[in-house]
Amino acid sequence: MSKTPSVKGITSSFGSRVAGLPKPAKIGMWIALAVFAYALPLLEPPFISPPGTDFGGVLFTVTIYMLVALGLNIVVGYAGLLDLGYVGFYAVGAYTAAILTTFHANWPLLLALPFAVLASTVSGILLGAPTLRVRGDYLAIVTLGFGEIIRLVALNTEWLGASKGINDIARPPGVELFEIPHLNWDSGTPLLDFNDTTTFIEFGVLDQIPYYWMGLTVVIIVLFADKLIKDSRVGRAWEATREDEDVAELMGVPTFRFKLLAFATGAFIGGLAGALYASRQSFINPLSFLLLFSIMFLAAVVIGGQGNRWGVLVGAFLVAYLPERFREFTDFRVLVFGAALMLLAIFRPEGLLPPRRTVRAKQAAAEIEALEEGADGEETSRV
Amino acid sequence: MNFDFLFNNFAELTVTGLAFGAIYALIALGYTMVYGVLQLINFAHSEVFMYGTFAALWTTMLLVGDTDVSTLRGIGVLLCSLVAAMAMSATIALLLERFAYRPLLKRNAPRLIALISAIGASFVLAELMGLRDRVAAWFGLDDNLSEYVSGARINRSMPSVLENKQLFPIGDYQVTSVDVLVIVSAIAMMVALDQFVRRSKMGRGIRATAQDPETAALMGVNATRAVQMTFLLGGLMAGAAAFLYMLKIETTKFDVGFLLGVKAFTAAVLGGIGNLRGALVGGLILGVAENWGSALFGSEWRDVVAFVLLVVILLFRPTGILGESLGKARA
Repeated sequence: MSKTPSVKGITSSFGSRVAGLPKPAKIGMWIALAVFAYALPLLEPPFISPPGTDFGGVLFTVTIYMLVALGLNIVVGYAGLLDLGYVGFYAVGAYTAAILTTFHANWPLLLALPFAVLASTVSGILLGAPTLRVRGDYLAIVTLGFGEIIRLVALNTEWLGASKGINDIARPPGVELFEIPHLNWDSGTPLLDFNDTTTFIEFGVLDQIPYYWMGLTVVIIVLFADKLIKDSRVGRAWEATREDEDVAELMGVPTFRFKLLAFATGAFIGGLAGALYASRQSFINPLSFLLLFSIMFLAAVVIGGQGNRWGVLVGAFLVAYLPERFREFTDFRVLVFGAALMLLAIFRPEGLLPPRRTVRAKQAAAEIEALEEGADGEETSRV
Repeated sequence: MNFDFLFNNFAELTVTGLAFGAIYALIALGYTMVYGVLQLINFAHSEVFMYGTFAALWTTMLLVGDTDVSTLRGIGVLLCSLVAAMAMSATIALLLERFAYRPLLKRNAPRLIALISAIGASFVLAELMGLRDRVAAWFGLDDNLSEYVSGARINRSMPSVLENKQLFPIGDYQVTSVDVLVIVSAIAMMVALDQFVRRSKMGRGIRATAQDPETAALMGVNATRAVQMTFLLGGLMAGAAAFLYMLKIETTKFDVGFLLGVKAFTAAVLGGIGNLRGALVGGLILGVAENWGSALFGSEWRDVVAFVLLVVILLFRPTGILGESLGKARA
């Protein structure tokens, strides 16, 4: 107990100091951060860059997890709907992109992408329309069932490639403009390495870094959209629905319609992430869409701090990056990951970066409790 | 749509479906009770079941070895492995309550984070079993225990103890002794549990805590004890399910709990989560429907049938078939 306030104190004073900066300085800081994020795979900083695997590929996986986490955050964090089958939308997006760009249609990726996103959004509405009337944890199991149904249908349908999956999915079109050298840290100091370059911007087989740039760009766009939608009437309606559905309904919020909208938006982003993943992977099979991934996505959202877009980005980074970074411990990866989930849950139950309003609400609750003499609600209260 | 196959094998499909359904139902009890009391999906319950299957396996290996045993001794061996499985599962369930849930309950954490803690615990438990050869090596026991810990990541099968006799025919299917044993003992255990929760003082405490924890505490119910008891009972039932599963399927693996856990949770929701009798109804319906469905559409659609059934039933009965919570059950 004694440690948490000091940590919180540091983060909040940092937050307030950033908030107090003049606007040009803030914009400059964001741009610097974005430039650093784009340059990260070229810098290949020692220790951070995982040994033995392609750093660009790992970072691309991170951006895909970030996209998925942002999408799932709308469903779970903003609208408060527990979705255990989010991988279903991801799979719909990936399979639509795969079918449209391979043997069934041979479209270019950029044409197939909108259709993939459309298909997953429609699947979100089709799943949501009948099931969103079911409350709470029943929704969790229905969505879990949906995720499994999608995977099993893909596994058992010859037209979808069955267990072999689909090969030769189209890659994004590229223009080869110029070469960018990487840094080399072998001698202890950073040196430009002109033998190891990345072509701007060629989506090839070996070099994953352009895919990472593409993923990062999409993440930034989605972040902006997320901010706009969260601060709009829609975002407030979601929040009201999450906190108390009956009260929201009485206040004139058509809760069902907004829940459906949250579901569709989440499915939209999930499908987009799936399509990008399929295009970078260039082959997919049902093994890429196991129930386990739904659980990992949910873990990213919850340990990061559901409802806070920066929190879920951190969560997504941890869930995608840590298992890659500690690849040396192959056999014990899942064990350590499970233990880390438990420890995080026990020591940071609000997530790593809880949304500001949760922190405020908690402080207010603590004050009220301090005012009420001898109030001991802890022992008996429910989870 | 293979209707001929379904009609020609109707009796067999139904009986084996009921046997499977009884196992689902026993596991579902653990989910449904914890949910009834804490409104929490105990994701790690599948691992409670998995440890039970290994306890049954190891006990049988220890007591039987490679030799044939007489019927009387065989029954003794089976009883021992039933007790071992129940004890192991109950221990794991209590450990889960102590280390994965109680710290969160104390901190009044949000509900979803308890689910994450359960998922973490589930990974840890499954991987510990999957890496048991390494764990034994750390303690220098791998030579002594190699028979038990080897093949940590593959299927291990149980030595058969009693001959699976054909008892009586239903239609043109010969019902076997294992079918009868599984169905009868599962239903007997559920009736016992149901009566315990309805009639005993502790059971009343559990129901009171499920209904309103604060008022229950004011009436003198020890909430922590009630929660512990819930996990203990769920663990015992999962252990029994594990033993029956080993009788019926005869092999187990470190990740065997996952799919069974999902199915059992589905069964719990199907019957009405938080409702003990609902778990039985849901389990049996799920088991039979899966068998019929896989006969109709082919066995690869088995799981799809289960989930589609779930979605359809929830559309018409949004709180499950019996749809009554643990707290509201009449005494």
